Order: sequence, then C-alpha cells, then structure tokens
Amino acid sequence: MTERVAAAPGVYPLPDWAKETLSDLKGHQKGDLLSGDEEGEIVETYDEVRATLVDDQLDAGLDRVVEGQARWDDLIAHPLTVHDAVETGGIVRYYDNNNFYRDPRVTGDLGFSGDVAGELEAATALLDEDAPLTATLPGPYSLADLATDEHYGDEAAFQAAVADFLAGEVEAFPAHETLVLLEPSLIENPPATGTEERATDAIRTVADATDADVVVHTYWGALDEKLYAHLVDETGADALGLDIVAGDRGDTVYNVQEYGATDSVALGLVDGQNTLVEDAETVADRVEWFESKVPAQTFETTYLLPNTELFYLPENKYRAKLAALAAGAEVLA
Amino acid sequence: MVRNPEANREQFRPPDHPTDAFLLTTVVGSYPKPKWLNRADELVDDPDAKFDDADLAEAHDDACRLITREHERAGLDTVVDGEMRRNEMVEFFADRIDGYEFNGPVKVWGHNYFDKPSVIEEVAYDEPWLVDEFAFTTGVAERPVKVPITGPYTLGFWAFNEAYPSTEELVYDLADLVNEEVERLVEAGARYIQIDEPALATTPEDHAIVGEALDRIASGIPDDVRIGLHVCYGDYSRVYPEINDYPIDEFDVELCNGEYEQIPTFEEPEFEPDLALGVVDAHSAEVEPVEEIEANIRQGLRVVPPEKLTVSPDCGLKLLPRGVAYEKTANLVEAARRVEAAIDAGEIDLNAPLADD
Repeated sequence: MTERVAAAPGVYPLPDWAKETLSDLKGHQKGDLLSGDEEGEIVETYDEVRATLVDDQLDAGLDRVVEGQARWDDLIAHPLTVHDAVETGGIVRYYDNNNFYRDPRVTGDLGFSGDVAGELEAATALLDEDAPLTATLPGPYSLADLATDEHYGDEAAFQAAVADFLAGEVEAFPAHETLVLLEPSLIENPPATGTEERATDAIRTVADATDADVVVHTYWGALDEKLYAHLVDETGADALGLDIVAGDRGDTVYNVQEYGATDSVALGLVDGQNTLVEDAETVADRVEWFESKVPAQTFETTYLLPNTELFYLPENKYRAKLAALAAGAEVLA
Repeated sequence: MVRNPEANREQFRPPDHPTDAFLLTTVVGSYPKPKWLNRADELVDDPDAKFDDADLAEAHDDACRLITREHERAGLDTVVDGEMRRNEMVEFFADRIDGYEFNGPVKVWGHNYFDKPSVIEEVAYDEPWLVDEFAFTTGVAERPVKVPITGPYTLGFWAFNEAYPSTEELVYDLADLVNEEVERLVEAGARYIQIDEPALATTPEDHAIVGEALDRIASGIPDDVRIGLHVCYGDYSRVYPEINDYPIDEFDVELCNGEYEQIPTFEEPEFEPDLALGVVDAHSAEVEPVEEIEANIRQGLRVVPPEKLTVSPDCGLKLLPRGVAYEKTANLVEAARRVEAAIDAGEIDLNAPLADD
C-alpha cells in the first residue's frame, strides 16, 4: 500500500509584516541582501518568521515540515550567495520569471559553510517532534547552473565541486526524515547530450551524504525522456519529483510508462505560481489520475507537493496551498 | 501593418520651432514623485491624521501641475504629468478593471515587492481609467500631452490568471478594454497614446500575441492619433522585424543603457514605424552631458531619417533623484535642438550620421 505524504519543499513567502520589518532593517538595494553574517534584530526577526512558517505547516496538517527558507533572498541560489568563496555580481533573472537574484560568482574553493545546517538546527528546536523535518537544498545541477564559475575553470569540475560542497553541508544537518533537492534546471536548461551522467553523478554525491529519503524534485514541465531514464537509474534518489501542473503532463506519464520509476514518487500537484487554490478533491484526483496512467508501478511513497517553490504567492494563498495538499492526502487516506 | 506616423507627427511641432528639422522630444512617462507626495500617500492611511481623500486628491493635482510644468520648463515638445496619480503600472489599472482582486504583495527580488493582482473572473470595463487625468493635465499644459497606458500583455502576464483557460485569451479581452479607453481618451482630445509592454521583453516569443492585441487596440482609432509602443530591457532581435507588422506609429526603445549595441538589429530590414530612441539612461544617476546625448541621437539616425526620429529617455525616470531626472530631460531637449540645427546646416551626413562633419 502506497503511503501518501503531504509536504512542501519551502522557499515560502515572508509574512507581510516581515516583508516590511525586514526591508526597513535591511534596505532595498542589492548590497542590502543577506550575506549570512546578520545579527541582532535581523536575526530575531528571522527567528520569529521561522516560527510562523513552521506553525503554518503544522496548522495546515502537512506530514513533513521544512524550515521555510525565509532567509533565502536569492532563492535557491542562497547556499552560494552567502558563501565566503563567492562574490555576488549583478541582479539576474530567475529562470523565466519576473524574479531576480544576485549572480553568485564563485572565486575560490567551496569549503564547508554550515549556513543551512544552522537554519535546520533552529527548525528542529521549534518542531519538538511535532512532525518529521524535511531538509531542502538546491540540487547540484541547478545550483551550478545558476552560478558563475570564476575559479574551477571547467564545467565538469565546477559541477563536481558544487556537489561536494552540498554533500558536506548535508553531513552537518541535524536528523531529517527527507532531503529534497530542487532541480528546475534539469528542465529549464538540461544537460547536453552525453553529459547526463555528470549531472546524475553530482546528484548522487549529495544523495549519498544522508540516510534520509531523498527526493529530487523537477519542475516547469516534463523531463526530456533520455534524461529522465538517467535520473531514475543513476541518482540514488528514493523519489523523482514530477510536475503535474505546468507543461505537458502527458510527456511525464509517457516517461514513466516507458522507463519505469523510482521506488517512490513526488508529484507537483498544486500550482505554486497561481493564486487559484486547488480543492482537496482536485489534488486527490490528480494523484489518482497519475497512478491510473502507470498501473505497472507500485510506489512505496507518493509525496504530494506543490510543483514549485511557493514564494511566488501572496501570504494568504501560500497557506491555502499547503492546506490543499494536506486535505488532498486526507481524501486519499 | 504600421500605421501612418506621417499623418500625426507634425501636430506636435511647436509653432515657433526654430529649425526645419524636427526631432520630436518626449518622455516615457513616470517621473520621481516629490517627497511630500509620498508622505501624503502614507498620511491618508493614518487614522490619526486629519488628512483625508479630498486632501490627497488636491495633493495629486498639485503634483501633476508641478511635473507637467517641469516637463515644459525642460523644453519638451510633448509632456506627461509624470504619472503622479499612479502607484504601480499594473496595480493602478487592475484597481480600475472589473475582474481583478488583490491578495497582497509578492516578491520581485530581495525586499522589493509588488501587489500582483489575480484575475478571478472575466474582465470588464467599469470606470474610466485615465480620462480625468488627461483632462486635468491638458487643462494645465501648454504643450500636447502624451498618455502612457500599461498594455494588455503586461496587464495579463503580470497578474495571476485564475479565470481564463489561457492568459492569451485574457490578454485579448484586456486589449478590447484598452481600445475602449483609447477611444474615450481620443474623444477627450488625446492625440498621443503610448502602450507600455515591458513584459514582452521577458517573453519575446509571444510577439504575435502582442501584435494581435495591438490590432484590437488600434481598431477604429483615426490616423491623426499617434500610437506608440514602449518595450524596455530586452533582446530586440527577438521581436524585430516582427514589430514592423504592428499597427503602431512609433516604437520606443531603451538602448542607451546598453550603449547602442543593439542598433544594428534595426538597420536591416528597413525600420517602418517612427523610432523613439532612448538617449539618456533611466537607471544611472549620472547626468549625461549634452554632447554625449547628441552622439546618442545620431545613433538613431543610423536607423531612420530625422523626420522619423523621436527622442526620449530609455524608460520612466521615477527611480532617479528628481533633480537628476530634470537635468537629464533638459539636456535631452538641448541635445535634440542642437542636432536639428546641425541637420539644417548640413553638418550631419545622414548616410553616415556617426561620421564627424
């Protein structure tokens, strides 16, 4: 019997009060964004925000809780933009969105940082075993894709270095039930033919650093079929995350029918970029629709996720989306 | 196909214009708000303040007078009120169109947010958007007034679409509403309309949707009305030469910021609408000297002859300090007047406008 787990990978919007407080404390300009050594009132505000985001998830009834990543000013590029061996360049577009982040220019060896581990320690203290913790990181392929290498000199070495860096970060994490690696670049800017294994090696490096279940979540459409096959076979992920909302979900189903699947699966079921809130039945229908299309597969766990991060949404709608996922899992129970 | 810019351009030439050559000078629209206006906008929300909506309306009127005059003082041939009444380019219109709702701010980058609205049902025309604003500005202006309107593609794609099967369909419905507004503005006397479509720069592959939307906007609008299109901060090679098929009189571009690297894009095939060229950078607080702006204007002459060249800043100037915005505008006008004189004197080889005379 498949276990259904309602969860979200985080990168949530700040509560509206914190949007104002933090912009007053930090400022609006490029140079005012987080560098990882914040102190005083800024730290206190983020502590308060973290507590709110954790409560939001518990109130919604999610089966896993993330830290919320309110500090990730640069979205999933955050682990690099706060790194000592990285200089932040200009503001660049975040995929195909009207969102921007600081270009992380890697200028030295990517040693251990501990920034995300610190966030997770704080979240663990808040959770007090109310729900199992999920740790979220950018996947190494996407993180390397979002960054600029000015140190390692070639693409393969850079990707491997980013993977080693992320693996080192994971090793310092407190106990976590699940590790989600966000990998939108696998769809938005996929590896060139012949370099797929380099990407899957990088992901495996990070996945191997934890005993937790690993979800490699992809979004903004369907994966190229050849790449899909590589990801299923080579990453060591327990679940590959598939976008059921954006793009052609028929292509995604075809990939699963043709090339099989990971032991578990994660499905992006609610639209992280639209304020229209799916009701519980819609979420449940989408899970059943997917499972009916791939009857040959039995999944250990199906993770019910939003297709993307949720920072695109206003605060009220982000909460409604979390509730929809939890309610969808209830319908299926 | 392109409208007929020749049929509407001359009406903007001032009666006492000193040269035969005429480079139409204008602005994209937004201008820094005086600090007291920002305070007034906040004060009206303060329950403890005695400052009410009527006071705010008066403050907006005062600011519009001030900035319209500031544009005239800078010497512009066509002026705008600096969009003093508008908060944000999507929000302002979404507030006036039936079918939109607001749920709260969303992140653009860092701690910069915008109140991205949601379209929750079919959009419909409710109250006029800009007719009052236009009537007021025209009443205080001595020069012709240009009206910038956020275009339907941007109004559609910079909102959450909850109601339409595709955002493209939403855009076409919005285009019909923009057409209705333009008709009302024309009836009120407006002769210079600018459609702003910054969203096209992020998704240039949608140029056909913008074309179809413009067809709807321009439908039934007489030739003596000038319709411009402003698109900024993008790779123009991905929308050119397609824009030659748009029903517009003028295409307004931001090229100063990129040091005119993209000018060759427009040299082949022949540029059909008039070119409105950005000649001062809207995102640099350094005021360009007149000589530098003259050289920038000459870049435009590589693409079109003087009778098809309009001169403007790259984009709205609202993020600059007000004094800087004024000096940039004044220098822009002075540079245009100098280039006109040089053309009259035969000092510029129009076949090689960058060459020294």
